[in-house]
Amino acid sequence: MTSITPFSVAVDWAGFTLPLFACPVPAGFPSPADDFPDAPLNLYELLFAHPASTFLARVSGDSMVGVGIRSGDIVAVDRSLQAGEGSIVVALIEDEQTLKCLRYRNGRPWLDAANERYAPIAVAEGGLHLWGVVTHVIHSFQGAKPKTSPAVRKPVARRP
Amino acid sequence: MIALVDCNNFYVSCQRVFEPRLNGQPVVVLSNNDGCLIARSDEAKALGFKMGEPYHLARPALQQHGVRVFSSNYALYGDMSRRVLRVLGDWVPEVDVYSIDEAFLNLDGTQFLRRGQSLSQYGSDIRAAVLQHVGIPTCVGVAPTKTLAKLANRLTNRRTGHNVVTLETDAQRQAALAATPIEQVWGIGRRYGKKLLEMGLVTAADLTAMPEGWVRRHLGGVVGVRLWQELHGQPCLDFDPAALEDEERPARRHSVAHTRSFGRPQRDPAVLGEAVASFVARAAEKLRRHGLSAQVLTVLLGTDRQAPQPHTFTAVATLPAATHDTGELTRAALERLRRLLRPGTAYHRAGVMLSGLEPMGQTQLGLFTQTPEQLQRSQQLMTRLDALNQRFGQSTVRYAAAGLQEQKWEGRHNFRSPAYTTDWQNLWQVCA
Repeated sequence: MTSITPFSVAVDWAGFTLPLFACPVPAGFPSPADDFPDAPLNLYELLFAHPASTFLARVSGDSMVGVGIRSGDIVAVDRSLQAGEGSIVVALIEDEQTLKCLRYRNGRPWLDAANERYAPIAVAEGGLHLWGVVTHVIHSFQGAKPKTSPAVRKPVARRP
Repeated sequence: MIALVDCNNFYVSCQRVFEPRLNGQPVVVLSNNDGCLIARSDEAKALGFKMGEPYHLARPALQQHGVRVFSSNYALYGDMSRRVLRVLGDWVPEVDVYSIDEAFLNLDGTQFLRRGQSLSQYGSDIRAAVLQHVGIPTCVGVAPTKTLAKLANRLTNRRTGHNVVTLETDAQRQAALAATPIEQVWGIGRRYGKKLLEMGLVTAADLTAMPEGWVRRHLGGVVGVRLWQELHGQPCLDFDPAALEDEERPARRHSVAHTRSFGRPQRDPAVLGEAVASFVARAAEKLRRHGLSAQVLTVLLGTDRQAPQPHTFTAVATLPAATHDTGELTRAALERLRRLLRPGTAYHRAGVMLSGLEPMGQTQLGLFTQTPEQLQRSQQLMTRLDALNQRFGQSTVRYAAAGLQEQKWEGRHNFRSPAYTTDWQNLWQVCA
């Protein structure tokens, strides 16, 4: 009871919406369309096409920087999707979860990093265990790990 | 037909989704305050650890066998349970939730089956979907009634890979009844199980072989007859196993309670007051969720259970009118608590029970109770309060009586895993 959960990803995100206006607002002249905003966009729908099977995870490590996944980013991982050539996946290597790119060479699966400092990992016969397929990455330019949740964060006063 | 989907060692399975290396390893999960074992992996069961075993007694053996121990993490289990139910809801429109890890599916109408697909294949497909989408292994029992579906589920065997059992033919049903000890039939509690055994009924088949009149006389009248019919394959919509069970799970809610043991004994009246106030808030929230008001409030204080003279002290308050208002209930609870407290006594647990329940809005307006305007204001306030707390997390908005600081009475949970799926600060990590 001491920890204050900002909001449960599974339930409460559904109500977390951002309004989007149909057209850019021209300066000086109010657009009549602004009185009728389209239905608000729901980020939850974008990230959670399959809410039951999508999980968010924090990335640590730099092996996937080549595809834009950096340490500290948050990825959405969907367990219901079928992985194929080139899918970014969470795979199990010796029961450890790792984020890699799935490639097939001569019909055999490989787990490739997107960073030349890491060698591709050959997957043994019948040894490919996938946890899920990465569908989105959330990268913050405000630093990797916010100290407070976005929902309760106060705006930072700027120095003049 | 009805399918019962039951998650295998649910709490352990939830931990394993995020820590796959726990697969094949012995794992146990402890109750609130790390009191006793409430979930065991198959490996831990094989080592002889028992359900409900006190943790402090089991600890040496757990360490000796290298068993991984987790404190219960209900934020995680609740979210995983919602996900399982959501997957099931994609398959069948009628999902009847029985507990955090069990749900009945109504398979009536063959529209769910593909042509040529058997019921047991269908059960396997549901099982495979839950395993793939959420990562939780389940067992499925399919039968004409809930009671038989439950019985079929008991006959699954994870070791031999028989994860789905269907009872379609009469012969299958008879064999299943004969293989089920009487005391393990759903609804036959310990009390009736003992009674029936003494009368020479050993298996469920022995019970179904008795005439209806006998069952009516010896097994709780009409409720027993319903159970008997269900075992015969005739669905009884209003069969309620809890009406027979002498254990918990009240049929209709007779009370709502929130009781906790403290992490360490508490003497300070202020700390105890905060604890009780926050228990009231939780119980009242539960009350409102079920659309109920309570007329009677009981405050409970307990001293050391292990001591030679364990004591439980209770004080009951009858409210002028049934209410679900947290403020009103808190006032009543704190007033009772003040009378109950004995200076210098160390209390190990406390609780609040709300009873005398009635549906909201049936309250009679009395001479000394609230005016209609006051009632309406209180309703609105409570609705807002629940909405805020649901959106931003438990106890975000709370009565000051429940305390603003770190809660000293909070329990022990030394081995709690992160709330992987419900807290931004606790997301599980993947290495890249």
